Amino acid sequence: MKTLCTLLLAAGTLATAAAQTALVGDTVYTMAGAPLKPGIVLIRDGKIEAVGPAATLKVPDGYKVIRAAVVTPGLIDAHATVGLSGLLNQPHDQDMLEKSAAMQPELRALDAYNARDPLVTHLRSFGITTVNTGHSPGALISGQTMIVKTLGRTADEDVVNPAAMTSVTFGRDGLVAATTGTRGADAIAAGYKSPGTRAKAVALLRSELIKAQEYARKREAKDEAKRSGRDLRLEVLLRAFDGSQPLLVTAHRQQDILDALRVAREFNLRIVLDGCADAPLVLPEIKASGFPVILHPTMKRSNEDAENLSLETAAKLKAAGIPFALQSSYESYVPKTRVVLFEAAIAAANGLGFDGALASITLDAAKLLGIADRTGSLEPGKDADLALYDGDPFEYTSHCIGTVINGQVFADGPH
Amino acid sequence: MRCRNLPVFAALLGLATGLCAQEKTRVFQGARIIPIAGEPINHGVLVVAGGKILAVGAAGSVALPAGAEIYDVTGKVLMPGLVDSHSHVGAGSGGDGSGPLHPDARVLDSIDVRDASLQKAQAGGITTVNVMPGSGHLISGQTLYLKNRDGRTVDDLLIHLPDGTVAGGLKMANGTNPIKAAPFPGTRAKSAALVREQFVKAQEYRDKLKRAGGDAEKLPPRDLGLEELVEILDGRRIVQCHTHRHDDILTILRLAKEFGFKVVLHHVTEGWKVAPEIAAAHAACSIIVIDAPGGKLETRDLEFDNGAVLERAGILVGFHTDDPITDSRLFLRSAAFGVRAGMSRPGALAAVTLANAKILGLDARVGSLEPGKDADFLVLSGDPLSVYTHVEQTWVEGRKVFDRADPQDRLWAVGGPGAGDPRRAFMCCFESAWAITTAASNQ
Repeated sequence: MKTLCTLLLAAGTLATAAAQTALVGDTVYTMAGAPLKPGIVLIRDGKIEAVGPAATLKVPDGYKVIRAAVVTPGLIDAHATVGLSGLLNQPHDQDMLEKSAAMQPELRALDAYNARDPLVTHLRSFGITTVNTGHSPGALISGQTMIVKTLGRTADEDVVNPAAMTSVTFGRDGLVAATTGTRGADAIAAGYKSPGTRAKAVALLRSELIKAQEYARKREAKDEAKRSGRDLRLEVLLRAFDGSQPLLVTAHRQQDILDALRVAREFNLRIVLDGCADAPLVLPEIKASGFPVILHPTMKRSNEDAENLSLETAAKLKAAGIPFALQSSYESYVPKTRVVLFEAAIAAANGLGFDGALASITLDAAKLLGIADRTGSLEPGKDADLALYDGDPFEYTSHCIGTVINGQVFADGPH
Repeated sequence: MRCRNLPVFAALLGLATGLCAQEKTRVFQGARIIPIAGEPINHGVLVVAGGKILAVGAAGSVALPAGAEIYDVTGKVLMPGLVDSHSHVGAGSGGDGSGPLHPDARVLDSIDVRDASLQKAQAGGITTVNVMPGSGHLISGQTLYLKNRDGRTVDDLLIHLPDGTVAGGLKMANGTNPIKAAPFPGTRAKSAALVREQFVKAQEYRDKLKRAGGDAEKLPPRDLGLEELVEILDGRRIVQCHTHRHDDILTILRLAKEFGFKVVLHHVTEGWKVAPEIAAAHAACSIIVIDAPGGKLETRDLEFDNGAVLERAGILVGFHTDDPITDSRLFLRSAAFGVRAGMSRPGALAAVTLANAKILGLDARVGSLEPGKDADFLVLSGDPLSVYTHVEQTWVEGRKVFDRADPQDRLWAVGGPGAGDPRRAFMCCFESAWAITTAASNQ
């Protein structure tokens, strides 16, 4: 019954997609200047037309007015597996990890993303409009992530960046031993024997990167006969050299984080650190590298490589001046997806504060993902991606009362 | 803090307690008190002594005992210690893979009370907890109710009932978790048949015991598993059944009716679909809050408003952590999400305190701030349902077991290197107890 209502509501609002809309918020967090109290955001043809205080910005005639206590930019989940690790956790809806080989950079999230998985709607119902989703940690190179709006249509229609990052896993989760779990989709036998140790994992990755360098040289050979054919795998890695598609290196232990930085230095790669439970132990090294961090979910369970994680790590990254964003990450069991709004809420209450927490799932996440020209803040010309709440978005008892993506209003809630 | 365990030793040695500070009368004043039993009191006074609550009420209405130690907790919120009706703290276990029925297996024999998970539960304000074996069996074993005291051994944390027995329930499960390769059942019908067969055996065993009338010659051979099930049949112990899908919920209610045992429904994902039937059976529900539905087929319809629907149907509703499925440090979050989805505020707060105490049959001792009950309470920095609120102190039976101002305790509250290490024994108490023994033997 509830599902039906949700569908009807969604269907009812689809018709208004093309309309001009005015969002009137008691508080509007634009992330581009001080909050507007009250503020107005005008939307026209899917883009933000104007943003300003209600005292000076008037709603033109013909605009549909939607009111909310709080308006924020649409939330961004900087690293998810939603759309690949489906709701049911049955073999038919678990596409987040291919175990036939240790390194498969050619695997694209784009070819696996199920835009209609109910978890996509679940995230949208809390104000999440954009996710960087893809293969889960679990293989040394597990595939490429994509950035997608949570519109719930198809991968091709909803995509923002079809090949955003290449997922690398350092530490125990990337080793063969980690595949011997017994729960659900994790019980996948590895089709390979190596890497079985941390040292071997790094050695394999370095060898692969050297192959990519040689491949680049051969691709540029003047003699056409000597020019090598296309290699789907290596051309993906090459994009980490020119910075257009960084390696997203999941690393929790401090030695794994340092391994990632060492490899990046050796090959002059662009990387993004992911997970980073031990980040507080190596803050100066991370800071000096200049690389950003997509921090583990605040409520991630502490175990194995992540046993040192802390609710206060986000606050420490901010204090150290390290760029970071929060994420929902991957869960093999429950919750089948985390909700980055809730993760940010816990960080807000544990030293990060409201402003820092909101930035970590809006503008800072957009900058980290290279999409700040389109989303992450409420500024004229950007995509009309917004989230509406009936109170402090981080309070447990507040609700998301609507989500706007490209100007289209979804009422999946109130949730 | 230092003397935490001394009375435990003293008690073990049969000596009078009173060597440590818990005998002091303490007065906590200035806080907003949420007693659960009754309306919140804005400027409240809580008086505790001897591990019990002496008085609770508004400032001016409560006599302050002479010589009491006064704690000014102005601006704070006091509420009862939380009761968690389903947890796996302490890394305990139940039955093994040899079969689906293990009524003989006890969490008591497997739990490690120095595991950091118990300290994290203290940091989350959990003072009473039902530690369960897993859900991979039709009957996975005997659960254990614990007070989250700072103890050296499991015995230090036990709850003894008036008849001297150790408090606990019996964990059962239906649905997909116990369905696996033989000798486990392959279908739901087989699951129910195996359970019925076992309870029929228990009925016959009980009949034999009765017929023997205490005559040792006529008594049947002792059977640990059947003895346990006889306790269930006699109502001396209750069944706590993991169940998700609406038809599985109805199945365990059907079996409970057939054999006349009392069952609490655990998780109850689809409880909202069969609320009238649950209410008619007078079964209580211990439910869970997970941030997303799914994870398996039978939890696809998990909804945040499950608690609200069950509450409106007049069902006794508690929340549980199922730690490590949800984090004991954030147990209050479950109550808040109940309110988010339409539960009443008093109902949601009771669902982590008094309702769970009733579910465990411990409401005469815990779950609310009332004179005569155990002095289990929390000092909170603010409203219990706000994300910004921290548990500042946790008190169990008049003794402070968690203080966010203490660096070690804070580590358990927020995490970081060392937060997962088992708690060390307090050497102060070892030495003191030894000294007591020596002193006693010298007399």
